[in-house]
Amino acid sequence: MSMFQRLLAAFASGFALLALIFDFASTEGAPLPVWEFPVVGVFLVLALLSLARFRLALSYWIDGGLAALGAIGLIMALDTLQQGEPGYWFALVSAWLFAWLFAERLSSAISADKVREVAGVLIPVVFGLTIVVAWEAITRGGNVPKVLLPSPSGIWTSLIDNIPKIAADFQQTFLKAVLAGYVLGCGAGFLVAIAIDRSPFLKRGLLPLGNFISALPLIGIAPIMVMWFGFDWPSKAAVVVIMTFFPMLVNTVAGLNVAGHMERDLMRTYASGYWSTLFKLRLPAAAPFIFNALKINSTLALIGAIVAEFFGTPIVGMGFRISSEIGKLNVEMVWAEIAVAALAGSVFYWVVALIERAVTFWHPSVRGGRA
Amino acid sequence: MGRSLREGSLVPILIVLAGLIVVWYVAAVLMNWQGMSDFYQRTDVSNVSFGQQLNDVLNAEKPLLPAPHQIVGEFWKTTVEQAVTSKRSLVYHGWQTLSATLLGFIMGTVFGIGLAVFIVHNQAMDRSLMPWIIASQTIPILAIAPMVIVVLNAVGISGLIPKALISTYLSFFPVVVGMVKGFRSPEQIQLDLMRTYNASRFEVFTKLRWPIALPYLFTSMKVGVAASLVGAIVGELPAGTSNGIGARLLAGSYYGQTIQIWSALLAAALLAGALIALVSLAERVTNTALGARA
Repeated sequence: MSMFQRLLAAFASGFALLALIFDFASTEGAPLPVWEFPVVGVFLVLALLSLARFRLALSYWIDGGLAALGAIGLIMALDTLQQGEPGYWFALVSAWLFAWLFAERLSSAISADKVREVAGVLIPVVFGLTIVVAWEAITRGGNVPKVLLPSPSGIWTSLIDNIPKIAADFQQTFLKAVLAGYVLGCGAGFLVAIAIDRSPFLKRGLLPLGNFISALPLIGIAPIMVMWFGFDWPSKAAVVVIMTFFPMLVNTVAGLNVAGHMERDLMRTYASGYWSTLFKLRLPAAAPFIFNALKINSTLALIGAIVAEFFGTPIVGMGFRISSEIGKLNVEMVWAEIAVAALAGSVFYWVVALIERAVTFWHPSVRGGRA
Repeated sequence: MGRSLREGSLVPILIVLAGLIVVWYVAAVLMNWQGMSDFYQRTDVSNVSFGQQLNDVLNAEKPLLPAPHQIVGEFWKTTVEQAVTSKRSLVYHGWQTLSATLLGFIMGTVFGIGLAVFIVHNQAMDRSLMPWIIASQTIPILAIAPMVIVVLNAVGISGLIPKALISTYLSFFPVVVGMVKGFRSPEQIQLDLMRTYNASRFEVFTKLRWPIALPYLFTSMKVGVAASLVGAIVGELPAGTSNGIGARLLAGSYYGQTIQIWSALLAAALLAGALIALVSLAERVTNTALGARA
């Protein structure tokens, strides 16, 4: 173990000792000692015993197990206690340090080739779980006002209770506005790029402009679109079209220039005309660029549709729900909606990325095994 | 001169721009024509000549699509002809947005560089954080903007800080991703050379990793500054904020003041252009100072 890992281990056990010494929790002002919570108690005692690591070699799986045990115990304890006292927080810090120690040791084991690379997936998962557990423990054990930050379990309950509402919002915003706008915007950008590709003059004129326009806060166009196309989803789709058009245009034009002279000359020796060169050489060569734009646009489209709904919508839609529920300070519902938006955004992105891998299987970045 | 005419892009850009303006005028006339005819009918005006109607269309008060000269006129009126302290001045609103953008951008860049340093120097940090940072780029982060504003307002923080926080959040991600790539870009052979010099980790960082990462920094700063402007504008949308370009957009959309919306958009575009130009300038100055050849 490195110096840093020893320090982590010493602090993790030290905080476990502090947790045993101090008041653990309280309910209605009456203190609750730590032995009211057997799982936490076992965790703390084992954490102290793990100091034996300075004599014997302890596997890092023990650290991981300790962190998991502590997390489970601390979450279970939340059902009985009303207010976490110093002991509770020390135990939380101790469990967190064990999780960190586990990640440190696992990653050094991976780089020393002692464990297979696959185990590396565990590390981000542990990190994510640590955040969620700490979030749950702090919001509930510390009685953080719901308005400020609701607990993950509260958000989950709110999500489950409001599934029909959220499904309707999802349909309105994602299935109608985002998808329609995305297809139209990317399609138009693609076709215009192919059209102007034949004219070097237009390319030189439009490319810098397109680059500049992609950097503008195009989202501001939303109120205009609401005025032109009404409150319902077409106006949101129009915002999405405008936001996705320029990245697609710029990337496709850049991609069409990738095919080199050698390849073009080869196509010419085959007596290949403009269109067959386009379809058999230049578009496949441009695919990585086009997919890059598709990936950028998948995020932009969702942002465009949600923000456009802040400017006026029928009483359904993710952006509408976010802005109206926040007005009622129903923060849990807002978080639930954001969680759904985040999930939709990531799934959308990964679907595009998967198609990219299938289409550009020949590209070095894919052959290397990384998306 | 001859070269720049044939190969430079200034002339094509200008011609394309001029073409766009012509298209805009045609579109403005076409889109507003019917509205003006309806207006004549309602006010019982008849026998309007074509020229008269064309003139009215191009100078309508609340056109569906204002003509460029109306937007520029409104922009001129609200910037030059208004005192900058007035609430009607676009300079005032622009400054409200710009200050939040700049504060957020600086915080986001500093925070992003700091995190990238940690990620590059600690493997566990890299393995735990990077997947989440990349995944979080696929999330419509902007959706939380109203919540940040309202929640911070509820605990008594309002004004510049909440907007700047949204900007920080948005500009932070491109910087982390770009800088991690940049700090990792030294070749093994260069790192080996540093080792033969017995350089400490700190020296490797200041003398090799940092200079080599600078181009990545400026590229991601250009993305980041545009994102933080968007963040600041969206941060101004929730009801209750009445300052800034975003608030102008919202007010314009409530009262159907299309010319006001478009001039606010023009201001936003100018701000974005100026900010990106500023970053490019900083890039050029740094490159010259480091002795890079243009």
